[in-house]
Amino acid sequence: MANEAASAGVGPPYWLLAELTYRCPLHCVFCYNPVDFASHERELGTDDWIRVLREARAAGSVQCGFSGGEPVLREDLEVLVAEAHRLGFYTNLLTSGVGLNERRVAELQRSGLDHIQLSFQDSTRELNDFLSHTRTFDLKRRVAGMIKGHGWPMVLNCVIHRLNIDYIGQIIEMALALDADYLELANTQYYSWAHLNRAELLPSREQIERAERLTNEYRAKIGNRMRILFVVPDYYEDRPKKCMNGWGNVFLTIAPDGTALPCHTARMLPGLEFPSVNDASIADIWYRSEGFNRFRGTGWMKEPCRSCDERDRDLGGCRCQAYLLAGDPLAADPVCTKSAHRAIVDEAVRHAQRPVTDRSEVRPLVFRDPKESRRLTS
Amino acid sequence: MNPADDLNPPTGNPSSAGPSADQPPVNQSAGPAAAIPERPRIARGFRLQWEEVQDAWVLLYPEGMVKLNASAGEILRRCDGERTVATIVDELEKAFDTSGLGDDVTAFLEVAARQRWVETGSTGSSS
Repeated sequence: MANEAASAGVGPPYWLLAELTYRCPLHCVFCYNPVDFASHERELGTDDWIRVLREARAAGSVQCGFSGGEPVLREDLEVLVAEAHRLGFYTNLLTSGVGLNERRVAELQRSGLDHIQLSFQDSTRELNDFLSHTRTFDLKRRVAGMIKGHGWPMVLNCVIHRLNIDYIGQIIEMALALDADYLELANTQYYSWAHLNRAELLPSREQIERAERLTNEYRAKIGNRMRILFVVPDYYEDRPKKCMNGWGNVFLTIAPDGTALPCHTARMLPGLEFPSVNDASIADIWYRSEGFNRFRGTGWMKEPCRSCDERDRDLGGCRCQAYLLAGDPLAADPVCTKSAHRAIVDEAVRHAQRPVTDRSEVRPLVFRDPKESRRLTS
Repeated sequence: MNPADDLNPPTGNPSSAGPSADQPPVNQSAGPAAAIPERPRIARGFRLQWEEVQDAWVLLYPEGMVKLNASAGEILRRCDGERTVATIVDELEKAFDTSGLGDDVTAFLEVAARQRWVETGSTGSSS
């Protein structure tokens, strides 16, 4: 039931993530798009997106991320960036660089794009290519050159997992060779496609420790030349993350079809209706919808969260992870050692310590693509 | 002076479903500790604007935001690369009908320079 009291004291949706499309030329095994993305093929048109941008800005949004899928596949990307910029958004583009060329990069700059985050095209099918600095490196070098040439900072993101974590030194060297200002080495979080592939993707403790040690050695060596962020998988923590900085707290995702979500994976939660921008205004969605009010604050909690003295720090962790692992969106995030379901995380971690060659069952990786999506959700 | 309430929206990296709330701006600590530029201006990659909804000046940077308190906002809105620090102090003293703001302004601009919110204006010497 929509809780009117919950909307008192709720701040604006500072962060608008516009997922322009689920279409993507890549097939990443850790993709955060929903596994059933192929059944949400409809996309908002240009005018719908412009209305969304205006309404969100009026509601107080200041950061706008254009993401996907691959947002560059939208031919109207420049139009949307220009409108967002005109409205006073700080505009961020999250792209693999595939499909970017000098003409489009120049047009994006004219449109007022503030920031580009380039992700490595590590779809793992091309792991060897990725590591041998050939085709992928050439593409990244071309795009990195364009980004630098237009005066943006060069921000690289590389999703880390069991299959590439041992090459972290090469990845850092590659980022240095691209003259990156900032490198984000974010371990995979286990949702959506990454959850399907978890047994193959979760690194061992030893792998993580080695990668972190190497990263620190590089930090000491390169100083301020390039800053490196390293994110450990939360399975190796004993307290959950404050997911999305709190449900319906600052973060508003609009999926390609116009569904408004508190995070990009929340659509998986059972028994919750999320509104569409086709039926309601951004202000109504943010302040007054059932979906956004459901897990705001701490009022929804049950034990052990309800009486926990740390409940305000992490707000019980991630609702999607609670559902994925414990089967209950109201449960404490099983990452927490106070959770009755922590054994599920421990089992996954224990399994991750076993070399692949010692495993009785090794499943092939599931690559993100529309055919797989339909097969998995039919 | 406490310049600002730091209020960072989550990172835009959707691959980390748990956004890091305290990710600093990209160019925050690049380069050596900075002295106050003679004619400071808002650094490249940052945007200063008035936010009606928040009733405050905010500084936006890649995937983040700093909400400024009133005095920080009044100082930064005058950092246009043309005005000198002395001019800014002078203007503020006139605007608020007071005197002796020099130390506060300098203290804040030291913080702002360290955070890389301001850089040397075009007419200043580049270092």
